[in-house]
Amino acid sequence: MTRTWQACAILLLALGGACVRRPAGPTEAAPKAFGAAVVLVSGDKQEAAIGAQLGQPLVVQVNDVKGAAVPGALVRFAAAGGTVFQPDHGFTGPDGQFTTNVSLGSMAGQYQIVASTADASGKRAQIQIPEIALGYREQLGQQLNTIHCIRCHDPESTPERVSNHDNLKAQAHQFTNGAVMNAISDGNLVAIIGHGGAALNKSAEMPPYEHRLTKTEIDALAAYIRAVADPPYRPQGVFYASN
Amino acid sequence: MKKLVNVLFGDSARAFGTLSAVLLILLAVVPAKDYFRDWRAYQKGYLRLVRGRGDATTLTRRFQPGLQQIWLPELGVVDRCTTCHSALKEATLVDVKMQPFRTHPPMPHNLTEFGCVVCHRGQGGATTAEEAHGSTKSWEDPILPARYLQSACGQCHLERLTGTPLLNQGREILAQYGCVRCHVIKTPESVLMTGADDPPSLEHIAGKTTREWIAAWLKNPQGYAGSATMPNFQLADDDIRDISAFLIAQSTPEAASSEPAPAVPTNDAAQQDGASLYGESFCASCHATQNAAGLLVGGNVGPELTRVGSKVKSEWLASWLRNPGIYDPGTKMPHYRLDARQIGLLMAFLGDKTDSDFIGNRHLDAATPIQIAHGKQLVNERGCASCHEINGIKKPDNFAPELTLVGSRPLAKILFAPGVPHTLPDYIGAKIRNPRSFGTSLKMPQYSLAPQQVDALVTALLAQTDRAQKMPAGLRIAARKPSDYRPAGKAGQLIEDMRCFSCHSINGRGGDMAPDLTWEGTSVTRAWLVNFLKNPNTLRPALIRRMPRFNVTDAEANTLADYIMTVYQTPAFDRDSLDSSRFAAADVEHGKELFYGKYACESCHIVDPDKDKGYIGPTLTQVGARLNSAWIYHWLKNAQTLRPGTLEPVWNMNNEEARAVTAFLMAQKAGPRKEIARK
Repeated sequence: MTRTWQACAILLLALGGACVRRPAGPTEAAPKAFGAAVVLVSGDKQEAAIGAQLGQPLVVQVNDVKGAAVPGALVRFAAAGGTVFQPDHGFTGPDGQFTTNVSLGSMAGQYQIVASTADASGKRAQIQIPEIALGYREQLGQQLNTIHCIRCHDPESTPERVSNHDNLKAQAHQFTNGAVMNAISDGNLVAIIGHGGAALNKSAEMPPYEHRLTKTEIDALAAYIRAVADPPYRPQGVFYASN
Repeated sequence: MKKLVNVLFGDSARAFGTLSAVLLILLAVVPAKDYFRDWRAYQKGYLRLVRGRGDATTLTRRFQPGLQQIWLPELGVVDRCTTCHSALKEATLVDVKMQPFRTHPPMPHNLTEFGCVVCHRGQGGATTAEEAHGSTKSWEDPILPARYLQSACGQCHLERLTGTPLLNQGREILAQYGCVRCHVIKTPESVLMTGADDPPSLEHIAGKTTREWIAAWLKNPQGYAGSATMPNFQLADDDIRDISAFLIAQSTPEAASSEPAPAVPTNDAAQQDGASLYGESFCASCHATQNAAGLLVGGNVGPELTRVGSKVKSEWLASWLRNPGIYDPGTKMPHYRLDARQIGLLMAFLGDKTDSDFIGNRHLDAATPIQIAHGKQLVNERGCASCHEINGIKKPDNFAPELTLVGSRPLAKILFAPGVPHTLPDYIGAKIRNPRSFGTSLKMPQYSLAPQQVDALVTALLAQTDRAQKMPAGLRIAARKPSDYRPAGKAGQLIEDMRCFSCHSINGRGGDMAPDLTWEGTSVTRAWLVNFLKNPNTLRPALIRRMPRFNVTDAEANTLADYIMTVYQTPAFDRDSLDSSRFAAADVEHGKELFYGKYACESCHIVDPDKDKGYIGPTLTQVGARLNSAWIYHWLKNAQTLRPGTLEPVWNMNNEEARAVTAFLMAQKAGPRKEIARK
């Protein structure tokens, strides 16, 4: 009888042992070096469709207290909402930099990617890197933007597209300029696109698009403008009388 | 133990009592299981969530308890997703980030008309989260990852949609990279997808290039041109030797040109002149070259020319430049009508574009009959004739598996390579990225596509579903039928000879690089047109791709102009219906006010080169001599009806305003021609 109990006890212990959670992931080599700060090299504020990989990789660099690059430091990436990093952690190269490919999650909006490193004492240093995921409406807006808006609203020229921005008397606002664009209410934004600048006492150089674009398309453009604003656009929300 | 049994089953009364109790408990299990179902917990969670909100009363009233179902027998949809996803249509819950209570982002369709699985896949009938989303390995139709969502649109929308760039790109790649030349893919309308690439015929290849070049190209096509669409067949060196031997051996001489090859000048000045002729002829509108920084500059209609001097033989290049249609009747390259001196200059310029590293010190000994026979066998095995015309080889039928229904391929029938996650998108992606990882004996070659291009291709292939084929015809947005329009007569021959359709579109046929000419005859004046055909000048300063000069004779220009003025006319109005001589000075003045004031046209157009800076639309300094007044008038009212897709906004001017602006523009007959400095 006692033997049965003993056997049962051993079995239970073994089961219990199997259930204890092992440390996640494969065991990692300890970092060879430690930095005091993470800085961004390139790849922030990119636009990509929800779930899709960003066009350019994200590159960060680990610096020491003097600002010199630190090779061999551990960098980790984290973000909310199903964002995938390939890879999500690793050691900086000889130039102190680390490169990862980012696929944003399935919700449209701005994602804050946290890149972090730890110094020798385990204290974490981190930066937040914003990236923009475009949903269906924002993607449609992005397409329409490249057809109708970008030539005047983007001062940058590319080999394929000469900017008309500086040829205008009024300065067309860049859509990424959140300080200006966020101050325009949803209603006014749609009205300017639809009825033109003159309808809102702004420059007539902004043509009316109400007969060129459909209501859906104008809404999509407005959604895109909201999505790319920097600093990010914070909708006012709906107010209700309290119960 | 014995005691316990005695207590419970000691006599028949005890046994009866115990069994009754057990039976009762068992009976309680079923309602309890029902009570504790996932979805009930979610519905309670939803009610808790909305309770504290300002519009709680409305939300609670709209909430429907119990199992919910969207049933659409026509689409084969039985979706119970809304049982847990209670807030999909509640726009005021836009700030809620927690699933399953998020509201659905704005979309072009109504949820109750299409259900959920048509776009998102997954098992609509399931009532547990795990079964519905199917993240388990064995589940056949799991939720589609968000990055491929546009594939869902492609099930009904066979025409390009502005909102689905990835799907459009994927469909373009299917046609551009020759996928559809080996794989049969039928659209849901049962139309066979066809290639939009133009793989060259190899029937006269020996006249065009050397065996060494063929070998170097077969080894690594992207080593010759980074933009080459030909994939790498990963051939062994011996196989390359034999295939190149066979290709040279099967080649027949092309119809010999009677004209002797022009002298190629070798001095430095000739290089300069050649470069400027290359620029003036706008070769870069179609052909790309690598610049010093290694970036590709130029169009992608024709092949990249960075290393063309290492490829083509000079006699071939001379006859090609003289008239490309002789070697390749289907080419998009226009007949430039260059004279011998110009051909010599271009040959000097292009012949200098060599790369000694590409062919290297490759030297192939004379081919033996055994090698040639082996080469022929390899060409047959690899399916080269699926794309290229080769003497003595028939285009193989069904060379690769049909992909019409690849988007619904059951996972059970798929053999996954090691390391590939067991989902359909991952399988298709892995097949495209690295086909030979599924077996070294597979024939599919290695493409060099960017990750984003692979996503696009996967999206386009995932649209090829069973559901798409069975979709009610009324829901389908049909693809635009390709036009087989052919202009008639002598002018028609000229239009084909100069390959106008490579850039311009007429009656639905042709490219989109240059303006649509369907109604050009209503638009422009004959005098301007003749002049422009002989010497095209710049109309839109901001464009890089421009109309080249085709060196047409007076007679040819007149023939073309007559045809265009007579045939390409809109039925909507008569081009002479607005007599510009009747415009009064007051009209012109009023038009000027509108032009610079209310409509601010100068932000895109230039009328006065000293003052106006607009860089988007055509320069209007001489528009009165170029366009007909009736065309301008209707253009100002609604340009979209005249040339759909044009950038000109729809001004919707009233008759009076349109008339005044027309009067002002018609007054711009021959303004001072100033060179507008490029930015």
